[in-house]
Amino acid sequence: MNRLTATTSGEVVIDADDLGRRFGDLEAVRGVTFQVGAGEVFGFLGPNGAGKTTTINMLCTLLRPSSGKASIAGLDTVSQERAVRRCIGLIFQKPTLDEALTAEQNLRFHAYAYGLDAAVREEQIRRLLTMVELWERRGDDVRTFSGGMRRRLEIARGLLHQPRVLFLDEPTLGLDPQTRRRIWEYLGELRATDGLTIFLTTHYMDEAENCDRIAVIDHGQIVALDTPERLKAAVSGDLITIASPSPAAAADQVLARHGLDPTIVGDSVTFQVPNGEDFLPEFIRSFQLPLRSISVRRPTLDDVFLELTGHAIREEAGSDERPKRSSRWKLQ
Amino acid sequence: MIEVYRGAWVVAYRELLRFLRDRSRVAASIVFPLLFLAIFGAGFTNIVGVMTGGIDLMQFMYPGVIAMAVVTGALAAGISVASDREDGFLREILVAPLSRTGIILGKAFGAAAVGLTQTLLLLAVGPLVGVDLSFSVIARLVPIALVLSLGVSGLGILVSSYVRSQQGVQMLIQLLVFPLVFLAGVFFPLDSVPVWMEILSKANPVTYGVDAIRQVMLGSELAGAGLGLTAFGHTMSIGEEVLLVGALGSALLAGAAWRFGRSE
Repeated sequence: MNRLTATTSGEVVIDADDLGRRFGDLEAVRGVTFQVGAGEVFGFLGPNGAGKTTTINMLCTLLRPSSGKASIAGLDTVSQERAVRRCIGLIFQKPTLDEALTAEQNLRFHAYAYGLDAAVREEQIRRLLTMVELWERRGDDVRTFSGGMRRRLEIARGLLHQPRVLFLDEPTLGLDPQTRRRIWEYLGELRATDGLTIFLTTHYMDEAENCDRIAVIDHGQIVALDTPERLKAAVSGDLITIASPSPAAAADQVLARHGLDPTIVGDSVTFQVPNGEDFLPEFIRSFQLPLRSISVRRPTLDDVFLELTGHAIREEAGSDERPKRSSRWKLQ
Repeated sequence: MIEVYRGAWVVAYRELLRFLRDRSRVAASIVFPLLFLAIFGAGFTNIVGVMTGGIDLMQFMYPGVIAMAVVTGALAAGISVASDREDGFLREILVAPLSRTGIILGKAFGAAAVGLTQTLLLLAVGPLVGVDLSFSVIARLVPIALVLSLGVSGLGILVSSYVRSQQGVQMLIQLLVFPLVFLAGVFFPLDSVPVWMEILSKANPVTYGVDAIRQVMLGSELAGAGLGLTAFGHTMSIGEEVLLVGALGSALLAGAAWRFGRSE
């Protein structure tokens, strides 16, 4: 059922074939199949606990699949484990830097561990530290770095050994918007210059929109796989949200007068119409209850996720701090 | 094979680098054994007087204290594994193209490198306590300390694969240090202790390492003078002691590597 693949043309760099993993009675990942082409940015989108990290760990040789198989650049993740590790870069959800060492020492350790040539090593350290704007701070202990600086350093480190694929598990979790934007800039740059393939997991919809293709994962299964645009197109028309002091009554009226199916969230009522701009003037004229605000918007991946799975992506389940989504629902 | 070798040196390099960068740790690792030497020495030397073989307690304790530093440093390899696991750095090591066995050897050799650095620093006070050190003594001391350190670090790492949390490992290792060091003949000769203690001490592998280091530093004639270690009525030679510690240590390290490969 998950063969919605239609990869970008060219070489397949990540090939997951019916990949599954159970932990005791729990089936964390069930028969996941997808392919990622060279130079593609591929996103795994789903709530916490959907099986994203488990999938990444299997692709990165840190976890053996219970069923199915996967290959990276044609190398099997189980039988050619070390060769796979050499051609992947990995940025984990939680920081994995040695805080007692300097930025440069952290990178140097990595270069030694991957057996890099001295000339390549020094050149790469300089190039990447400059890219992530930490060259000036290279001699400082990592313990003095902010969260954003650490993440940037980890990205530099993950790229040091010139991997074919960069895996990022929730790369911008808990980071400020400015740092998040910078990180996406680096990734875009690397993809353009080095043809890097990027695989990332996220439960942030706005982040997923940076991807070429997205696999939506829920309860260990891929429920949809397509470009962000096509996924959004699956939710037809526009979404109208009204805020009202009496949302229940407002919802009743929307149903009775327009035959639409509204959803109530807090004091707002949301419903879907084929064309928002045409619909609004008539709607406002005829609406008989007080309105606090009204907005029309194109569907986001949030809506796609809701449509596909029947439940909202559980952002609040994350322990990170990020401005609450509710602002989206106000008049923009 | 190259991945075993690279894993070992890269992990050991980091251990030593971390140690050398941490000035307070370097200082503490020297001051602590010296405190033992100074306090016990000052307290007991006059009571004990001249011991068999014509040495005083300070001279007797000095090699023991060096062995103690090596043993505590080696056990700390287990704490190092647990702390890497806790602060996430272990994942960086595990996902690199290195062998699991190499990583464990790296932790062991790293602890040994730290222990040897400590040993060399502690040797500087040798003349002060009346122990003459020649180059040939040091050249024989280093490999013995290395074997002792590698073996004991196997025990420390083994602990860390059963007890997962850093605090748990730290507690358990402190619990181990006490009997391993105190029942190893570091502070008093084992020729005049009660039978139960003698049995425990001779079952303690560290005892043989301590005795080998003492024989090297004070001269093997001490063994003949009754301060040497006898097992089953046989006075152990340095070679036998090193062999015993080495064999047991290899088994511990192999066990640690095997457990690590399975559990991480």
